[in-house]
Amino acid sequence: MRSFTSSPYFTSLITVFLLIVLLGAGGAAYPGFLSLQVLFNLLIDNAFLLVIAVGMSFVILSGGIDLSVGSVLALTTMICAWMLQTWHWPPVLVIAISLAIGTLFGAAMGAMIHYFKLQPFIVTLAGMFLARGLCYLISINSITIEDPLFVAMSQAQLSIADCFISPGALIAVGTLAVAIYVAHCTPFGRAIYAIGGNEQSALMMGLRVARTKVLIYAFSGFCAALAGVLFSFYMLSGYGLHAQGTELDAIAAVVIGGTLLSGGYGYVAGALTGVLVLGSIQTLIAFDGTLSSWWTKIVIGGLLFVFCVVQRVMTMRGNKK
Amino acid sequence: MHKLLHHPLFRPLAALAILLLVDLFMIPGFFHLEIKDGHLYGSLIDIANRAAPLILAAIGMTLVIATRGIDISVGATVAISGTVAAMLIGGTMVMENGVPSYVANTPMWIALAVAMGAALLCGAWNGVLVAGLGLQPIVATLILMVAGRGLAQLFTDGQIVTVYYQPFFFLGSGYLFGLPFSLFIVAAVFIVTALLLRKTALGLFIQSVGINPVAARLAGLKTASLIFFVYVFCAACAGVAGLMITSNIKSADANNAGLLLELDAILAVTLGGTSLAGGKFSLAGSVIGALIIQTLTYTIYSIGLPPEVNMVVKSVVVFLVCVSQSSEFKTIWRRAFSASVKGNA
Repeated sequence: MRSFTSSPYFTSLITVFLLIVLLGAGGAAYPGFLSLQVLFNLLIDNAFLLVIAVGMSFVILSGGIDLSVGSVLALTTMICAWMLQTWHWPPVLVIAISLAIGTLFGAAMGAMIHYFKLQPFIVTLAGMFLARGLCYLISINSITIEDPLFVAMSQAQLSIADCFISPGALIAVGTLAVAIYVAHCTPFGRAIYAIGGNEQSALMMGLRVARTKVLIYAFSGFCAALAGVLFSFYMLSGYGLHAQGTELDAIAAVVIGGTLLSGGYGYVAGALTGVLVLGSIQTLIAFDGTLSSWWTKIVIGGLLFVFCVVQRVMTMRGNKK
Repeated sequence: MHKLLHHPLFRPLAALAILLLVDLFMIPGFFHLEIKDGHLYGSLIDIANRAAPLILAAIGMTLVIATRGIDISVGATVAISGTVAAMLIGGTMVMENGVPSYVANTPMWIALAVAMGAALLCGAWNGVLVAGLGLQPIVATLILMVAGRGLAQLFTDGQIVTVYYQPFFFLGSGYLFGLPFSLFIVAAVFIVTALLLRKTALGLFIQSVGINPVAARLAGLKTASLIFFVYVFCAACAGVAGLMITSNIKSADANNAGLLLELDAILAVTLGGTSLAGGKFSLAGSVIGALIIQTLTYTIYSIGLPPEVNMVVKSVVVFLVCVSQSSEFKTIWRRAFSASVKGNA
């Protein structure tokens, strides 16, 4: 029993168990809750959060944190909307440009963190201010997107066995699959785990710490921008106030998914279970109808607390060995 | 001269001076002060008055950062204390025989005490998580940051609570001896904190915890209770700031009160020369840092730049300050500087 509770996948298993309990409770309380479509809706509504959480997983696994993701998401929706509505550029080019901007933004922060040995927390905090500020420089109002491709993407429904799923959700799942492969089957992924475990040792092992760290933040920026594109498919607008506080939701999802905040320990797949747990809490509260939305925040805070304490107890046990 | 240039407060003061100098030329009548109805009016007073909640938050944050910690739940604590005070004092308008009456629901002093109690509870919660359980400070305070606003909204049922009780407004917008009352509160908190740190060994203890927690503990310091104390203290400062903000806008908005205040407070502390790596700290520096931020905001608004520029400017300032503080940058700078000196010789 002892060895089971201290095994690496224990917290991840707790989350899966929690997810089953949440869905089971929902299914028992509300007829129609346990349908495949409700599960798909969880994915459709949280596709952008899943993509952000995937990028955040990489950052947290390496022992860092990225607070700028929510604002980069908002900035991307803004850039997309601006280029489409004002300049009428082709949508594919617009998407490519905004993904590139997000990636460069992340890479620049990564470079500052690594080369000036600054704390990721403060650098990405400034990045968060910068990206939000740039949103407002573009426009303080919401810009509606009327581009045919974006509208088509927002309305597209791919049917799978009587149910449907949005292209955005598929893109998110695809991103997750690629990220899982990269994290567990490539030298880059192993370098991330090594840096999160102990940066000094990783350096002495001859790993390319500098390149890896810059790439990690670049990847997180890319994910945030991709989430921004998905978000603009979803909302069909660009707005500087979009997705406020999403960085915290993403961190919460990663932690609840079983990744250790001190780095080097956890699974990228945990991002999916974490996001689904957050999503099903929201859906449960929406189905209930009597509970108000602020309960979501309180429950998420409570879950964060429980998971942090469990993680802490586990690492203390690990140290004693 | 050399000594002056290397004084820890030199850079923040110089930054503030440059800003004020810009204002002198850009904003007509910036330094003009006048007395209206026995109250002192002017841009400088306005800046100081508006900076008051930020200064309070920054004072609390300084001690937390000095122990190598961080408290990102300050904004949530502001929301909680403000909400509790607003609800107890007179959130609901009471109708008596069709006539609205604005009587405080609870005596104001009790309401203020309960609101401060709620803030202290928030601090104790953070303190237990960081000092007791040994969680990373950013994670421990993240929990309250996420859940705190939810709690505040739970108290108010998601409504904005309006206060209709005259004496409470004095806290945020009253005047004493011709000066805003909020400045007296800030001065009192600053003096008490400074005395506590200077006249007792507390400042030294906090500094040693920040420089090396393990060594401090081995040297016999009760590091856990010290760390617990700084989080409670920070929450207390945030609580007072929450009361001030609520009294100033005559209502408590659980969703927006103190939003991003923690980030501004961290920025103020950094600008004031306190290192985020813990150890060395400067209380006066943080106050100056908060004044710099408020002056910057005021300047941007007055010059006629769109207010949106504010966030961009702030973030660029953070980048510059952080890079200039890093030892890597100093090494590069020194190398470049000594090379040019050699070149000249």
